[in-house]
Amino acid sequence: MISRQDVEHVARLSRLALNDAELERMREQLSGILAYIDKLRALDTAGVEPTSHAVPLVNVMRDDANRPCLSQDEALANAPDRSGEFFRVPRIIED
Amino acid sequence: MRTIHELTTAFAKGDASPVAVAEEYLARIGALDAKVGAYLTVTRDEALAAARAAEARYRARAPLGPLDGAPIALKDVFCTRGVRTTSGSRILDTYVPPYDATIVARLKAAGAVILGKTNMDEFAMGSSTEHSAFQLTRNPWDLARVPGGSSGGSAAAVAGGLAAGSFGTDTGGSVRQPAAFCGVVGMKPTYGRISRYGLIAFASSLDHVAPLTLDIVDTALLLGATAGHDPLDATSVDAPVPDYVAALTGSVKGLRVGVPDEYFGEGLDPEIDRAVRVAIDRLRDLGASVERVSLPTTEYGVATYYIVAPAEASSNLARYDGVKYGLRVPGKDLIDMVSRTRAAGFGAEVKRRVMLGTYALSTGYYDAYYGQAQRVRTLVRRDFEKAFERVDVLATPTTPSVAFKHGEKADPLAMYMNDVYTIPASMTGLPAISVPCGFNAAGLPIGLQLIGRTLDEATLLRAAHAYEQATPWHAKRPSLG
Repeated sequence: MISRQDVEHVARLSRLALNDAELERMREQLSGILAYIDKLRALDTAGVEPTSHAVPLVNVMRDDANRPCLSQDEALANAPDRSGEFFRVPRIIED
Repeated sequence: MRTIHELTTAFAKGDASPVAVAEEYLARIGALDAKVGAYLTVTRDEALAAARAAEARYRARAPLGPLDGAPIALKDVFCTRGVRTTSGSRILDTYVPPYDATIVARLKAAGAVILGKTNMDEFAMGSSTEHSAFQLTRNPWDLARVPGGSSGGSAAAVAGGLAAGSFGTDTGGSVRQPAAFCGVVGMKPTYGRISRYGLIAFASSLDHVAPLTLDIVDTALLLGATAGHDPLDATSVDAPVPDYVAALTGSVKGLRVGVPDEYFGEGLDPEIDRAVRVAIDRLRDLGASVERVSLPTTEYGVATYYIVAPAEASSNLARYDGVKYGLRVPGKDLIDMVSRTRAAGFGAEVKRRVMLGTYALSTGYYDAYYGQAQRVRTLVRRDFEKAFERVDVLATPTTPSVAFKHGEKADPLAMYMNDVYTIPASMTGLPAISVPCGFNAAGLPIGLQLIGRTLDEATLLRAAHAYEQATPWHAKRPSLG
């Protein structure tokens, strides 16, 4: 149904570091769920418009005006690591 | 066990004190919640301060309205300023929001006394509250059984008398199903009726804020105080909010009730089948007309939902990256840090759904899965539109089974099938309510679901209220000691 290779690829896309046992379990469980979901393929939907949302919506705009917002300290208060006014992350670009 | 309207009426008459009532609830939580496990956080000091402020307003004969002083519990999915909010997840174990969700701000503005934050399936993904990273919640009617989910803590709190009312969220049935399992009222209003601002997102096109109460008058009060357009939520509906309590006329004369064949087939517990049919007969006795209708795409609902909801979740949960808030597990570089953080912070069901959603959206599979699901969603909507040409409300069971035992549904797909009757109204955004309609032979509650037209919560509440007033079920309460 879904290959081990596919599961590893999707885990990478999902940014989930899964170990061997978890990957195998995921392969089995996703295969079972996808086998059930495949019943949708039997439905003829040619020419049917997709619904992405329950309520028809057009773009919702607001004035581009200053509004009250969180202070920097409030926004940073939950950060696992910070440096002064910034979120600190591991180095991305090598020297 | 008193309803919100009974309590606040007593406050207004001077027959009860908001502070004494808040203390009673806090004492009851202290004595009984170790058994039930409804609360993740009890906000004792904040609750008592709010109760004292309410009491002062009643003394000055200037209460804020019919919710002033009402002791309410909130699912731990709503951001509460200064109060830990976890969404049932390790990844948010220590998260303290810097702002209130709109629902929280509106409840505070109405004078509600917030008792605490209730347990839930992690990120609202589940039907039993067993996927909480923190604790098990037990059904007050039978402690060996689940309260339903994902808003299981909220439903158990109301059923067990640990809060007078509560708010949860309903994405595929997460308020209606626990309401049915716990013998209380749970209503999912129309999509966009109550702002989602400050709600920790699961599936944005499906997430609904939804009240849980002991009776329909309380549902009408909570909905009326919290519904309405919010500029902070671009998907909130800009439509007038009627007086829902005034809509409770007690009469269903002339109401046309549709009974969809597909909701009474294979997989439905015979005791639930019987109880719901008796409830529909009661609506007919009360003056409603009843006719059979057909919603042929019902059998595709669960499959469609389990593409759309995980797809949206995989996108929404990308924000948990160990940078802005929550857990961080160190790694050798940024991507390794993010991947280890998410692996350690998310539970098994959340990982499954993120994987499923990512797969359904990935190159090569997008149209076969996500595209097809969106087209089927249109077919489901058309089914309802056709039915509502002939009837005003639809009457169905809320769930195919009564509350099951902890650990009974270990297979993910078996758990998903519990949502078969609640999912279609979620995908179409239609208002739907679960009302107690009896008990099985073992004494476990059964729920009747009524589904209405878009934005027509008033008709739904009127029908549910007339039924409730003609039956004894809402007055029956479990004994927790």
